[in-house]
Amino acid sequence: MRRRAAFFAVLAVAALLAGASGAQTTTGTSAPGRSSVSTDSALEARTSAVAATLRCPVCQGESIQDSPSELAQQMRAVVRERLRAGESPEEIKAYFASRYGEWILLEPKMTGLNIVLYILPVVLVIGGLILVVALVRKWTRPV
Amino acid sequence: MNWKRSIIALLASAPVLALFAFGFTRNPAEIPSPLPGRPAPPFTLAVLTAGEGSHARTPGDTIRLSELAGKVVVVNFWASWCLPCRTEHNALSEAARYYSDKPTQFIGVLYNDSPSAGVRWIGELGGMSYPAVTDVESRTAIDYGLYGVPETFIIDPAGRVAHKHLGPITGDVLRRVIDSVLVSSGVADSVVAGAG
Repeated sequence: MRRRAAFFAVLAVAALLAGASGAQTTTGTSAPGRSSVSTDSALEARTSAVAATLRCPVCQGESIQDSPSELAQQMRAVVRERLRAGESPEEIKAYFASRYGEWILLEPKMTGLNIVLYILPVVLVIGGLILVVALVRKWTRPV
Repeated sequence: MNWKRSIIALLASAPVLALFAFGFTRNPAEIPSPLPGRPAPPFTLAVLTAGEGSHARTPGDTIRLSELAGKVVVVNFWASWCLPCRTEHNALSEAARYYSDKPTQFIGVLYNDSPSAGVRWIGELGGMSYPAVTDVESRTAIDYGLYGVPETFIIDPAGRVAHKHLGPITGDVLRRVIDSVLVSSGVADSVVAGAG
């Protein structure tokens, strides 16, 4: 009986952890720029960094840095141009968000209801740990 | 004791099931655009084919959005490789003819396509009653937050995006939106452009 209860507790914690990691959005890994041509490697690195935070509109969960699609390449060119013109990464992200909506940002901004996305996983993990500790102490208490 | 365990299992799975149920009611492809109600992004685009009547422009010239203040501007993004664009083509061409005596300007923006393929497509479909323009490197498409083709934007005489339509547009939608914008902006029965 006790062993079975322990099994269920472990399952519950696993579910909590899975939920917590699922709630976080995955950010695109910044692979080296594929078709981008630039002699300025510093600019290219900055372009890749910004492009990795923007969602490709014609793909499924891919950043414009990772997508080989024509539109993603053209959007990377826009990022590069705007960086060259002296805009900050935040300004460029704001530009894309003003045209495509906040949906275009792979990492939601930490404002308003979005804060829940950042805080909830932490709360769930801590809650799960407290639950486990409490249960283990209860089960191991000498009768 | 089994009923107790069942209730716990049920309670634990309820939020997950509720989340799934909610997810199934949404279409992930439907993303609200921030553009309607906001000033339309300016553009300067080169004319590829002329069009006819009051919509006509000389190929090689450019069309600037800023020159079209006082008109209802219908901007349709299309491509020769886009099948749904064939479906909507007649509705757009007919609507452009229907509104040619009103302060309107229809524009077809060729999206990620070669100009020659675009011209061939127009010929194949029996012409286009409004000018087609080219969009180098899709700058205007990105400025308009384009996901794919076809997409149609209706801009009011004050230069604000009044409506965004995803997918093939119909004559009914065009008439309903254009009429309402013409009336609400006050340019419908006015001879003086820019009254709105």
